[in-house]
Amino acid sequence: MLLKIAWRNIWRNKRRSFITLTSVAFALFFAIIMRSMQTGTYDQAYSSVINATTGYMQWQGEGYWDKQSLDRSFHPDSHQRKQILAHEGVLDLLPRLESFALLASNNSDTKPGFLKGVDAELEAKYFQLNEKLLAGELPNSQNNGVLLASGLAENLSLGLGDTMVIIGQGYHGMSANGKYPVIGIADLKNPIANKSTVYLDLKELQFLTGAYGQVSAEVIIPKSKDQLIELKQDLALIIDDESSDLLTWQEMMPELIEAMEADSAGGLAILFILYLVIGFGIFGTILMLTAERKPEYGILLSIGMSRGRMALTSFMETGLLSLLGILGGSFLAWPLAAYYHYNPIELGGDMDAMMEEYGMEPLLPFSLDGDIWLTHGSIMLIISLLLSFYAVVTIYRLNPVNAMRR
Amino acid sequence: MSVIETKKLSRIYQDGDSLIHAVNQVDLQVEAGEFTAIIGPSGSGKTTLLNLIGGLDTPSEGTVTIENKPIHQLKDSELINFRLKHIGFVFQAYNLIPVLSAQENVEFIMLLQDQSKSARESRAKELLKAVGLEQQMHKRPSELSGGQQQRVAVARALASKPSFVLADEPTANLDSKSTEDLLDIMHRLNKEEGITFLFSTHDQRVIDRAERLIYVEDGQIKSDEKK
Ligand SMILES: Nc1ncnc2c1ncn2[C@@H]1O[C@H](COP(=O)(O)OP(=O)(O)O)[C@@H](O)[C@H]1O
Ligand SMILES: [Mg+2]
Repeated sequence: MLLKIAWRNIWRNKRRSFITLTSVAFALFFAIIMRSMQTGTYDQAYSSVINATTGYMQWQGEGYWDKQSLDRSFHPDSHQRKQILAHEGVLDLLPRLESFALLASNNSDTKPGFLKGVDAELEAKYFQLNEKLLAGELPNSQNNGVLLASGLAENLSLGLGDTMVIIGQGYHGMSANGKYPVIGIADLKNPIANKSTVYLDLKELQFLTGAYGQVSAEVIIPKSKDQLIELKQDLALIIDDESSDLLTWQEMMPELIEAMEADSAGGLAILFILYLVIGFGIFGTILMLTAERKPEYGILLSIGMSRGRMALTSFMETGLLSLLGILGGSFLAWPLAAYYHYNPIELGGDMDAMMEEYGMEPLLPFSLDGDIWLTHGSIMLIISLLLSFYAVVTIYRLNPVNAMRR
Repeated sequence: MSVIETKKLSRIYQDGDSLIHAVNQVDLQVEAGEFTAIIGPSGSGKTTLLNLIGGLDTPSEGTVTIENKPIHQLKDSELINFRLKHIGFVFQAYNLIPVLSAQENVEFIMLLQDQSKSARESRAKELLKAVGLEQQMHKRPSELSGGQQQRVAVARALASKPSFVLADEPTANLDSKSTEDLLDIMHRLNKEEGITFLFSTHDQRVIDRAERLIYVEDGQIKSDEKK
């Protein structure tokens, strides 16, 4: 019956309840859509940067990340490697060897370049290297050629079938010079990478630099990108010696997180103000309502209703009202977020160009992460329940004689 | 044993610098089955006296004993529970919960006493019938006349089987027909069910029906006569 009273009380002043309800719904709708857009964009940005660079987690030679040189490459222990691959949270391991060298062609001067020795089949499988191909094919142990980033190919005036010369330093001071046919050209999107990257077959680069069996890193492909910390803890038990490190993308690219967090903070500040405004609105309603109901509370207290039950009823009333608003806001936000999740907004103009430069797709997909709904729905509910403590305090202080005196 | 007994009961209000003796040294006894009116001019202390007897207000001095229980010693929560179990209240206005039907209003008291649904329902119907509202049971207070609302309030006051019913000017907002009807009902309940009524009024028609008249002025009992 208390719930019945609370429910019916909501409809006593339909207009006021409706205004409160819609303002809660609107605030929540706005908060969810905004966070959905932000989170969706960040997720997209994160995953495109991560996929284009480090992957989600790496197994590296000790200290490699601080001073990335060929001399710090390492020889993965084959037993440990098997154990990592056998872990249920790991899909695959991708060995990579990276080095710097001077590149030259017959018909132009030299350019500095970034050599990546990879297993192209795996890079295609997990990082879609094949989709970046503009012409030719990926390097492998049979074709023994190099895949050039398109910007680099242009600078060196190299085309498919031409020969490129690599002049560099190998492992521990060895020289590393070689001649390779250009077998593929790829567009790497990111402007810096696209002006410098050369892909070779891993074995070929190991042979060229004399780093036999060595890799800079094994990229760990996790089953789920949301449980990296737990996965890292598990894998650390396998790699228990000091000669190699495990690094998550957060550790390798803290500046990426910082940039997003700075941006996110701006959005949260707007939401904070929004919640403040709505909070004052709800408080106004509760204030009026409590003042109006005082004589009634006086009667209820007189006839023997305990203060606890009265407080509970008023708590339920506010809770139900904001819950209605919360449900309304959530349900309204869902189709819009879902629409832009599956049909991301395409950016035009400057934004488009800028994002493409950084290797991101110029799309703003919305996130459908249930956490957004849960978080902001709860915030709204907590705000209104906290505010309804005003009514609770009033009820506990109420003197029936004064309340009924007019 | 008296149902109600007050000794040297006083209630002093502070009004700025001056003190108001709203109730001043009142000794009063009410026995079971009485139909008693407290009368006196406006501001004489009737409401304050009833509030003290009903445990709604705290005495400045003196004692209130209900069925041998000194209620002025009870804590707030004990007092609320005591009121629920032992005292029926009818106020001048705004008695009922506006969002509940007549029947639900009567049931509400029994719900607070944790009575079963079936017990609540049958007693509520019985009581509403006794006050002549069997046709109006499902109406909300706003759909009832002032007189009907007061009759629901009487039914509600009786729902908890209280020791007595306190009614502060129950007819103040009623026309003469409704006043007569309400008095008839209260009188019949008093005669047939032995319910003790203590009410305040300054309405001559009500005074005429009372069986004991306690006249107060300036917070003091000036006369007390049984008819
Ligand atoms: N809460 C209060 N604060 C101050 N004065 C009060 C209060 N309640 C009653 N009084 C004063 O006490 C006196 C008696 O009031 P009341 O009991 O309401 O009289 P009645 O019901 O006979 O009209 C009046 O002078 C009134 O102004
Ligand atoms: Mg009065």
